[in-house]
Amino acid sequence: MAYSLIGKNFTPPDIRAKVTGQAKYSEDIRAEGMVFCRLLTSPIPHGRIVNIDTSAAEAMEGVLGILRASEVPNPPEPATPMLTDAPKFIGQPILAVAAVDETTAHNAIEQIRIEFEDLPFTVDPLQSLYPGGPDARPDGNMVAPGVELRRVKWTARDFAAVEAGQLPMGEATLEWSYGDVDEGFANAAVVLDETFVTQGLSHHSLEPRTAMAYWENGKCILHGSSQSQSFPHPGIAEYVGIPPEDLVFVAEYCGGGFGSKGNAYPFMAIPAHMSRKIGRPVMMRVSRHEEHFIGSARPGFQGRIRMGFAADGRFTAADLYLVQENGPTTGWSDYRAAADAISLVYSVPAMRFRGIPINTNTPPRGPQRGPGQNQIAMAVEPLLDKAAAELGVDQFQIRRINATTSDTRYGANQNTVTSAFLGEALDIGHEQFDWETRLARSGQRNGSKVRGVGIGQAFHSAGSSGFDGLVRITPDGILHIHTGVGNLGTYSHTGTALVAGEVLKYNWDNCVVERGDSRKHLPWNFGQFGSNTTYTHSRTNYVAAMDALVKLKEIAATDLGGVPDDYDIGEETVFATADPSRSMTYAQAAQRAVELGGRFSGQEYPEDLNDMTKRSVEALAGTGLIGVSKDNLGRSGTVAGLAAGFMEIELDLETGKWEIIDYLGVADCGTVMHPQGLSTQVRGGAVMGIGMAATERHIYDPQNGLPATSSLYQIKPPSYLDLPSEMQWAAVGEPDPENPMGMKGVGEPVQGCAAAALLCAISNALGGHYFNRTPIVPDMVVNAAAGRSQSHGPLQVNTA
Amino acid sequence: MSKDMMPHFELYQPDSVETALDLLGRFGEDGWAMAGGHDTLDWFKDRAKYAANVVDLGGIESLRGIRAVGDGIEIGAMTTLTEIANSDAVQSRFSVLSSAAGRVASPQIRNVGTLGGNLNQDARCWYYRYGVDCYRAGGNTCYADTPEGQNREHCLWGADRCVAVSPSDVAPAMVVLDARMVIRSADGEREVAAEDYFIGPEIDIERMTAVEPGELLTAVRIPGDWANARFYFEKVADRNTWDFPLVNIASAMVVENGAISRIRMAAGAVQCTPRRLSVVEEVVTGSPPDEETAALAGQAAVRGATPLNFNHFKIPLLENLVKRAIRDA
Repeated sequence: MAYSLIGKNFTPPDIRAKVTGQAKYSEDIRAEGMVFCRLLTSPIPHGRIVNIDTSAAEAMEGVLGILRASEVPNPPEPATPMLTDAPKFIGQPILAVAAVDETTAHNAIEQIRIEFEDLPFTVDPLQSLYPGGPDARPDGNMVAPGVELRRVKWTARDFAAVEAGQLPMGEATLEWSYGDVDEGFANAAVVLDETFVTQGLSHHSLEPRTAMAYWENGKCILHGSSQSQSFPHPGIAEYVGIPPEDLVFVAEYCGGGFGSKGNAYPFMAIPAHMSRKIGRPVMMRVSRHEEHFIGSARPGFQGRIRMGFAADGRFTAADLYLVQENGPTTGWSDYRAAADAISLVYSVPAMRFRGIPINTNTPPRGPQRGPGQNQIAMAVEPLLDKAAAELGVDQFQIRRINATTSDTRYGANQNTVTSAFLGEALDIGHEQFDWETRLARSGQRNGSKVRGVGIGQAFHSAGSSGFDGLVRITPDGILHIHTGVGNLGTYSHTGTALVAGEVLKYNWDNCVVERGDSRKHLPWNFGQFGSNTTYTHSRTNYVAAMDALVKLKEIAATDLGGVPDDYDIGEETVFATADPSRSMTYAQAAQRAVELGGRFSGQEYPEDLNDMTKRSVEALAGTGLIGVSKDNLGRSGTVAGLAAGFMEIELDLETGKWEIIDYLGVADCGTVMHPQGLSTQVRGGAVMGIGMAATERHIYDPQNGLPATSSLYQIKPPSYLDLPSEMQWAAVGEPDPENPMGMKGVGEPVQGCAAAALLCAISNALGGHYFNRTPIVPDMVVNAAAGRSQSHGPLQVNTA
Repeated sequence: MSKDMMPHFELYQPDSVETALDLLGRFGEDGWAMAGGHDTLDWFKDRAKYAANVVDLGGIESLRGIRAVGDGIEIGAMTTLTEIANSDAVQSRFSVLSSAAGRVASPQIRNVGTLGGNLNQDARCWYYRYGVDCYRAGGNTCYADTPEGQNREHCLWGADRCVAVSPSDVAPAMVVLDARMVIRSADGEREVAAEDYFIGPEIDIERMTAVEPGELLTAVRIPGDWANARFYFEKVADRNTWDFPLVNIASAMVVENGAISRIRMAAGAVQCTPRRLSVVEEVVTGSPPDEETAALAGQAAVRGATPLNFNHFKIPLLENLVKRAIRDA
């Protein structure tokens, strides 16, 4: 279908401010009388305060107040608290000190004397599972969202497998299966049984989660760093301890979140509590190091997978076991998502999954771009190549024959998908990347360098439904698209707004996106995470615009005669189809809506709207023609965002260093909403994937729990000089049938597919040496090329 | 653990070496000489090291620039790494140094970072930088040299309570060029050979150079002995910019009648000082710079290496880099 706005590039309304430095992030905000607070964070991995003396700090000139854990509404255990007297990771906030400036605040922190009782700690889940092993928490060692905290120990007998370098598999806390797994393995031509480790990773968003808050007329005005606008609002209000309507939440700009700022997080509320306590606006600037500790991390896996393949490369069965390193608090559910991803991506006919999340005294875990799916892509995709080699099938064919389709069923409940065109994505890549030519030259030597090729695939559930849309045509004829989508950096706040303009046939110059501040009266929208915004909010903007369209026609019929169906729209005018001279402009219709009142201008609204949307409509009532609706379009399955990445590298066997010769990422994201945005996602996701696969580190000393990687220079995200100057992208372009515009999201799998492609290419260049570990860093390649053993054991985690 | 919050200090900005030395003499242990500031201000932000009086050498014009001296050159200690990397005088005759300077850290850091700062930078052992009470920090233990210590970046030779390595990319080039380090104090000037300038824990565990309190490195003099030799510099790091070396290698080689007549070679990040590879020099002198010689050189280079738990990869990596220095120069 031909669109006038969708599929065209646009200039994001906030881009000029970003590139000129005029954009105001939380740290740039000032308020009359503002002061600063700093955090005292835990120097120990696990313990509790037995004695604390803050008197010297309080007596210091310029110190305005100290905020303790007992003064804030901490969420119930085992959730991550705002402040704590019982720290469970190094860097955990214990208290905050407010002062006239940050230096004074920190000088005061150094005057606070704390006596801790040290408790046992661990940075390795298997150590905690061993009989008598240390627990990361006094009240247990096993918890995840939806899984009740308890203590789990395996038997020493369970650990017998460790001797053989295999993952021990004791009691699991989640188990499911479908199909006849045993028969699947019995019928396999090749069965692999592989133990692997995927490293956890700090989010280290470039903008640390700085927040500033003050109180005015009973309301808290909070400037925070957030991927999302509307969705975290109720949760943040709860952390602040006030009803949502008393919170003004401003999140106009966000310097990256990658999942760590998708929902409400407790630390954002600290300056709000401090401000209430001392009666001054309070800025809490979070430093780079603090961000490492409180900014969340991706869980790591210690895993084992058995995979059966028929002679043609088709999956016959899979049996997956995952131990998830889940930090010291509730963490995230990556292990569940990983299992689903295997089932879905490869259309596995029979599968068993067992998993267990285990606490460690490392930074709290949260969702990071492709949580679960991208780790498992890195673990499994290279093993597909290993199986392909044993079967005598090429790397492309083993993927093509297993590629999921729109008819697939996956996971424990054999769920359906709205659409899946992974095979098509592979076909596009096969042709555009000239796979056969590149495959033919893999293994070619150039001095100490050798060519390698790899393909990676990844999935993420990329769309939701049931949220609200809100648009407004003001009497000046302007279309205001109110969006509660955040400013994660993808510009989908505006990309999805195109849909409203498209439905109402607007000239984009006459459209304004209202966002970034709850005072702009925003609708209840989903968080900007989970690759969902494009799908979810193309739908909400569609239903809101359709509501406005109906009202435009009704107003025209009321004033110009006939029935609404007699009317059409165009050129920002509503006109009688039979006689276009009988018409009124949108501006006139908006003025009439104000005069007519009622549902036309927001005095009345549908009852099924969320309370947040209702409040926004009430605030906007009488200012124009209001289009507002809950997305009741329905949805029958998981929205499958899928991607395939193709990479060619040159690997130097003498130095362990690789150079990416070429990369192509192909997205199955339905109708392309915003080509420039998609291109940036595919290539930017690849950059992050390359880092996840082969440069970024997350290291803790197991003897004392100290973090080796809290600075960016230690964490090592890839630099420009580690990347190709150009990367290619393509999109399948098959519309999703359950989105009115055919769109779906893809922001997460574009990372995983690139990460997997690089890992596959490295193993390919090494002639089929599989590390079963991420990241693959130069020392591992040097050791492999020299025929030496690796320094780390096969199950070691958080290690150099 | 980093605090990311610098304490206040008094800043002094002298315009002559004499004034700088006078200030440093006056402040004694409460004084700190600052060049580009990357190392200094990191320590201060971490609140792991501190001095109440900082003497910023950035305003001393005589410490900047590259000058011809005799048949060699003299480089002021406050000359930036970018200036050295881009210098015609260095590139045309001593390219091992411009190559090394051009691989330090990142372009932004090289634009501000100085030769003196790079040569005098402190150890990068992450435990030490974290602020633990290790031997180098005046304590009585080493956190890295333990059964489970995360010591991938640490040393293959020269462990003596401390297992940190020399992190500089420029230092091995200076050793190879037989540079003379010019050190000034209130008492006058002295010259120290680059090879002797860097000191290991067996000499002093709390500092890494021969510069004594009250002294300043003011310049580096590079004699003409190795001008236009066959040079090689390579740095292997996890990332291609903004990273410290896993291992680096510098060499200067003169080939006459198809055979190596003279050679100097040094490796960085394998011990606490740049490691002069004298055995390699001896093994290859008189032989053609071919694959066979390169292989012998590589084997010779790693003899006696004593790896820690996570760094034995440095043995094949050093071996390979030495091979490349012979074979690919």
